[in-house]
Amino acid sequence: MAENPATPAPANSRAAAKKDLPEHFKAYKHVWVFIEQERGHVHPVSFELMGAGRRLADKLGVELAGVVLGAPGEATDHAVAETFCYGADLVYVVSDPVLENYRNEPYSKALTDVVNTYKPEILLLGATTLGRDLAGSVATTLLTGLTADCTELEVDADGSLAATRPTFGGSLLCTIYTLNFRPQMATVRPRVMPMPDRVEKPIGKIVTHPLGMVEDDIVTKVLSYIPDRDSAKSNLAFADVVVAGGLGLGSPENYQLIKQLAGVLGAEYGCSRPLVQKGWVSADRQIGQTGKTIRPKLYIAAGISGAIQHRVGVEGADLIVAINTDKNAPIFDFAHVGIVADAIRLLPPLTEAFRKRLSPHISDKLAS
Amino acid sequence: MHIVVCIKQVPDSAQIRVHPVTNTIMRQGVPTIINPYDLFAIEEALRLRDKFGGEVTILTMGPPMASDSLRKALTFGADRAVLLTDRFFAGSDTLATSFALSSAITKIGEVFGAADIVFTGKQTIDGDTAQVGPGIAKRLGLTQLTYVAKVADLDLAGRSIEVHRRAEGGVQVLKSPLPCLITMLEGTNEIRRGSMMDALRAARAEVVTWSAKDAGIPDVTKCGLRGSPTVVKRVFAPTPRAEKAQFVDPAGEPPADALINAIFKRAPKLEAELAELSRGY
Ligand SMILES: Cc1cc2nc3c(=O)[nH]c(=O)nc-3n(C[C@H](O)[C@H](O)[C@H](O)COP(=O)(O)OP(=O)(O)OC[C@H]3O[C@@H](n4cnc5c(N)ncnc54)[C@H](O)[C@@H]3O)c2cc1C
Ligand SMILES: Nc1ncnc2c1ncn2[C@@H]1O[C@H](COP(=O)(O)O)[C@@H](O)[C@H]1O
Repeated sequence: MAENPATPAPANSRAAAKKDLPEHFKAYKHVWVFIEQERGHVHPVSFELMGAGRRLADKLGVELAGVVLGAPGEATDHAVAETFCYGADLVYVVSDPVLENYRNEPYSKALTDVVNTYKPEILLLGATTLGRDLAGSVATTLLTGLTADCTELEVDADGSLAATRPTFGGSLLCTIYTLNFRPQMATVRPRVMPMPDRVEKPIGKIVTHPLGMVEDDIVTKVLSYIPDRDSAKSNLAFADVVVAGGLGLGSPENYQLIKQLAGVLGAEYGCSRPLVQKGWVSADRQIGQTGKTIRPKLYIAAGISGAIQHRVGVEGADLIVAINTDKNAPIFDFAHVGIVADAIRLLPPLTEAFRKRLSPHISDKLAS
Repeated sequence: MHIVVCIKQVPDSAQIRVHPVTNTIMRQGVPTIINPYDLFAIEEALRLRDKFGGEVTILTMGPPMASDSLRKALTFGADRAVLLTDRFFAGSDTLATSFALSSAITKIGEVFGAADIVFTGKQTIDGDTAQVGPGIAKRLGLTQLTYVAKVADLDLAGRSIEVHRRAEGGVQVLKSPLPCLITMLEGTNEIRRGSMMDALRAARAEVVTWSAKDAGIPDVTKCGLRGSPTVVKRVFAPTPRAEKAQFVDPAGEPPADALINAIFKRAPKLEAELAELSRGY
């Protein structure tokens, strides 16, 4: 990714620099997805990427492979089996007790070694804390290009990966190529790509590779792991319904109206960035470019103007509903259903009306 | 102890406008700031220095005007500032940037003493890749500690550091030897104002300015455009959605009911799904 837009490269001169792929890179074939598992769970972004990877592999007429790294045992076996159910033609596995917890050294060695041995042309990773930590090291070791946080992946007429990502805080998009190096690496944030259907499939071809490293070789030690308290941590990114509030709510007290509506809908609640900056809402609830990307079936935004940085985080929602007093607010440019109304006055009756409509028996009981 | 903090001067993206016709960035008059994420790295470095002694060197690669950001960092109380600037660096992607910065950090080590810790921010707001930190670590062979929320312990005599690192579902407590590279998580501290003395010192301080050659970079083909494997082919504005929101017009109905009707009319299956979801609550 062009790192220094303050002194931008003339974009076209770069493209013009395209040469034929150096001979030693011509052996690089197939599309790979790094399957991220941590503490026994595969991160859903890995399967979202299997969906994207399938499309690319089909277009290129090549195979789609998953790469699973982990400690020997049930969790790793399960990750391998699931990777086939999400469309892998084959799975590369490095299984070693040293890989129990994520650490950069053994993980980047394992992935780099597998890439150097089996030579993929495209390597996709989730843009999670783990994926970004790993991708940066692996790309630097391989001295290849890495396009971070892509929102779109395509292959060109000549078979190059065209990776599109937001730039300048989301106000523009740019399409980036890694023309003369292999593999072409890209990361994608969770929920940006749709989750493909899972199809029950038997385990297929597995290629195992040794780690070639022992615990004593690794200088970083995991002393402990403090899991997030589930009650405190939101599951915002994966919720089916999300209700969010913005500055238009006017006060932290009014933010309760958002929580109340979310409660009735069985939804997660979120917010725009200023509410986090003001300390009204915790940072893990922020939606948008510098917060979470969401892909719910229903997104209700109240008192949110719809700035581009917010928009990029919610565009994947099936149905966007906006409540705003300003009929010219940008959010109405991308919401599906809008109402020009004062959210502070509309939210309480809306919550009540939803309650009645969704579980009439309960509200009747409450009423009696 | 010697700490090097890498910061980047970025355009204040809150004020960036895109030309409606040509789709180019209207850069003119857009103020530049220190990448907001880097402030957390600067503050953490200053705190460690205040507690354990030593020096903090701020490093940036950018155009000559990036010295403004360095001077700003000096007003917070940093000890030294190094600007890496050269036409060879123009158009660097993350790989070329990490190459240039790691070369400069090696040179800083030779001239001012080896770094025990290198800090970067989590990511920039213009490049936004979070990849330069890991790139520097790999090139310098430093242990890489990303998304650090807290430096829990530093043992200079024993040459080790203990940090809390944000992982997907929790926090990893890691122990690593020095030297290491830390990318600092946002919201972990608040940048200090700096004293009057610091402000006066910053105004007079000399910013160490190095070209590629000064930084001991023997091979400029690894820098800038030429050293960048990625190629930006196209920059364009997001396509606006063709249709605008369908506005709900209550017309006699209570607005809440009108809105709900509009929602379910648009997505008929949603009602049953919501009823199912809300049952759990
Ligand atoms: C680098 C960068 C990253 C950013 N990342 C994010 C991000 O991840 N997420 C994010 O959200 N923002 C982000 N922002 C901020 C973004 O640019 C906007 O400033 C922010 O989204 C605006 O929040 P808002 O809509 O709540 O507030 P405002 O823009 O102030 O909008 C408030 C809205 O409420 C309406 N309103 C007022 N009163 C009422 C009422 N009583 N009832 C109903 N409506 C009412 C107003 O008409 C207005 O449209 C980022 C900015 C930058 C520079
Ligand atoms: N040109 C630069 N000069 C100094 N530090 C940089 C530069 N670019 C990136 N960095 C550092 O690397 C971090 C990650 O940047 P990025 O990979 O662009 O998201 C930033 O927070 C900075 O600390």
